Amino acid sequence: MRQMVMGNEAIALGALQAGVNVVTGYPGTPSTEILENCAKCRNETGVYVEWSINEKAAVEVAAGASYSGARTLVTMKQVGLNVASDPVMCLSYVGIKGGMVIVVADDPGPISSQTEQDTRTFGGYSKLPVFDPSSPEEAYAMMIEAFDYSEKYNTPVIVRPTTRVCHAYASMDIPELPKAHKYDGFVKDTQRWVIFPRTSYANHKRIFERNTTILPDDFSKSKYNFYRKLSLGDKTGKVMETPRRGIITGGISYAYICEALSMLTSAANKTNSRTDLKSVNPVLLLKVGTPYPFPEKQAVQFLKEVDEVIAIEELDPVLEQELIFVCGKYHLSTKIFGKLSGDVQCAGENTVESVKTVLNKYLKLSGEGVSASEAECSTEHNALDSDKPDLPNRPPVLCAGCPHRASFYAVKQAMKGKKTVFAGDIGCYTLGNAAPLDMTDTCLCMGADITMAQGFYHVDPERHCFSFIGDSTFFASGITGVVNAVYNQSKQTICILDNSTTAMTGHQPHPGTGVTMMGDVVNKVSITKILEAVGVTPVITIDPMDLDASVMAVKAADKADGVSAIVFKSPCIYVASKLGYEAKKSFAVDQSKCIGCKKCITELGCPAIVFKNGKAFIESSQCVGCSICAQVCPVNAIQRQA
Amino acid sequence: MNTNFLLCGVGGQGTVLASRLISTAAMARGLDVHSAETIGMAQRGGSVVSHVRIGDAVFSPLIPCGGADVIIAFEPAEAVRCLPYLKKEGVIAVSTKVVQPTTASLTGKVFESEPMLDYLKQHAKKVIVIDTDALCKKMGSSKIANTLLLGAVLTVSESSLSYDDLEGAIKQLVKPKFVDLNIKAIKAGQAAAR
Repeated sequence: MRQMVMGNEAIALGALQAGVNVVTGYPGTPSTEILENCAKCRNETGVYVEWSINEKAAVEVAAGASYSGARTLVTMKQVGLNVASDPVMCLSYVGIKGGMVIVVADDPGPISSQTEQDTRTFGGYSKLPVFDPSSPEEAYAMMIEAFDYSEKYNTPVIVRPTTRVCHAYASMDIPELPKAHKYDGFVKDTQRWVIFPRTSYANHKRIFERNTTILPDDFSKSKYNFYRKLSLGDKTGKVMETPRRGIITGGISYAYICEALSMLTSAANKTNSRTDLKSVNPVLLLKVGTPYPFPEKQAVQFLKEVDEVIAIEELDPVLEQELIFVCGKYHLSTKIFGKLSGDVQCAGENTVESVKTVLNKYLKLSGEGVSASEAECSTEHNALDSDKPDLPNRPPVLCAGCPHRASFYAVKQAMKGKKTVFAGDIGCYTLGNAAPLDMTDTCLCMGADITMAQGFYHVDPERHCFSFIGDSTFFASGITGVVNAVYNQSKQTICILDNSTTAMTGHQPHPGTGVTMMGDVVNKVSITKILEAVGVTPVITIDPMDLDASVMAVKAADKADGVSAIVFKSPCIYVASKLGYEAKKSFAVDQSKCIGCKKCITELGCPAIVFKNGKAFIESSQCVGCSICAQVCPVNAIQRQA
Repeated sequence: MNTNFLLCGVGGQGTVLASRLISTAAMARGLDVHSAETIGMAQRGGSVVSHVRIGDAVFSPLIPCGGADVIIAFEPAEAVRCLPYLKKEGVIAVSTKVVQPTTASLTGKVFESEPMLDYLKQHAKKVIVIDTDALCKKMGSSKIANTLLLGAVLTVSESSLSYDDLEGAIKQLVKPKFVDLNIKAIKAGQAAAR
């Protein structure tokens, strides 16, 4: 059936088409929807799907299933691979039985991530083959092939889409899904399944040969690696003039290059319609879909046909360095341009415009007419800018009624005037850093809040150390930090911001929610009991929507000698109704009572409150009735609407 | 020939459903569709943009600058922000309703729709201004700004959308109890644009 398919859904459907038996992962933008789409098909295919507590657990669960012959898929974002790298590195040596594909979504920009790390380079480091799709359509096809490669070469395979592939949609014909793959079960074989120094030595030799000769040759014949001649304005296809120019690319940049070249071509055709077409040379475009191991034979062939090449890719100069390496190895004199030569931006996303600018310069199109339209376009934009009205900045903010706002405000009030540090973590609550709350002093990576607060304490015992961690993050990587802090005699107050969901990535369940991706209702794992078992005292559970009680709880916890905790428990506004909470009436400002002091605005920064005609005003369409502004108002001017 | 729609607004305004309605309507005519959405952190009160590209000569899921036939703006300042995407001969349908950013509340700076709309009228060939707030109140729902704007762009040939395809898409994607309301909103949007 023809349907509109998101890139992440295409990846899921590709895996299901390959008969995947087990899908595990941890949520993270831009990868999250892959696993969710697999779960949608669990009844018709019989696939097992779980949100694991973190990426390391996800890989290990999949490894057990794969050793049993089942086909497995693990999904994560790029920083998740850092967490999973221990089992991934070892699995690379041990190998697998049932095909295993690890989808790691990279995030050039970065748009929703801490780093611009490039998973293609992890392929070389971990010795795992990497596929790099350029569109949802290609991602679908690559997934099916990746499972075959995994089994053929006895290795996990990485598929690395980027945000613009994950979140792109395409109309696609998807055939009916088969039932999940049949497998024979685990067969004991300690030589194979127990990692030992001597087996790793033997496997290292085997993998080295595979990655340096067998796979590069195989990939040189892959349909995902190809090059073709593109004519720019020249429809006769005559022999290229000197210098013969080439482009190498992969991933979404391939789409940008095709778009940019088609725009440059039509511009050239327009300009050159009555002049000499010879002025614009054709160009060779090499598209690499398997960046590791690099398809060396094909690259050599390509390099022999050109005098210079520009590498257009996002994140690290992976393809550029591979070409430089191949040129050195085969004594080729082809010049290589790219990020390392300063011709392509070294950080951030590519766009059609950025690629067009690079190509225009590289292909020396300026002065040949093509630049006319470019110049016109940019003057047009400059003209636009001169009388452009001021536009509002819209940084992401905590939603109106978000319980995190109340929790942060309570801690801020309780600790006013004290020497503090507020160690934050990854989730919606990272937004607690914004004015006017200004309650996130540090944010490093998942789970780093509790451990970092410990570090602050040991070098400065007078400082009041607070850590802030969400419920999902607590399960993912917070618990070990609590044990470390208690064992090593630190003093801090852990603030668990428990909103009963994994909010930032789109409300996934976790061990504390009592729901699984298989649709089962299970016992909720209690954060409070974990904290108490580890020896945290006191552990105070409080509703952050009660401001006075929350402030008192913070002060009490701060007085404790060792590690204390406050569980701020209130559901994310997006899941409250699903959890059976009744919708609350919104609040309004009594304009006759409001003294225009702006305290509600400057203390809380709630997006539902604006300042109009010298008074505060609440947008009733945005207000969810959390009541915090009413608790802050000094003249009681904010009331719940009848 | 391709038709490119750019939809812009602020997180939570319903741009995603509107872009899916356009995609579904185009697919009903057997056309290829590619699109892209803003997902993740930026959704929380940030500027959001959806790109919908219809036709077979499409490579990038994102519309290049100067490539949009139609911009559907759920917020006037976001329309100004996205104007460089509009083709010279393109059309903008824009809501008059300004969404104040939290940062504006803190600094006391209030954004008005008039300067935004004036700027759009000066720099675009055709601007359809829809008072979505008034129409929403009249029709008793705050959730139909997106279908009102879709109705408005039905009236221009640049959209190459047909009423029947759009109605079919609504029946396919919208919850049954809201289908009639959204079809009425399409018609109200058409009437307001004429």
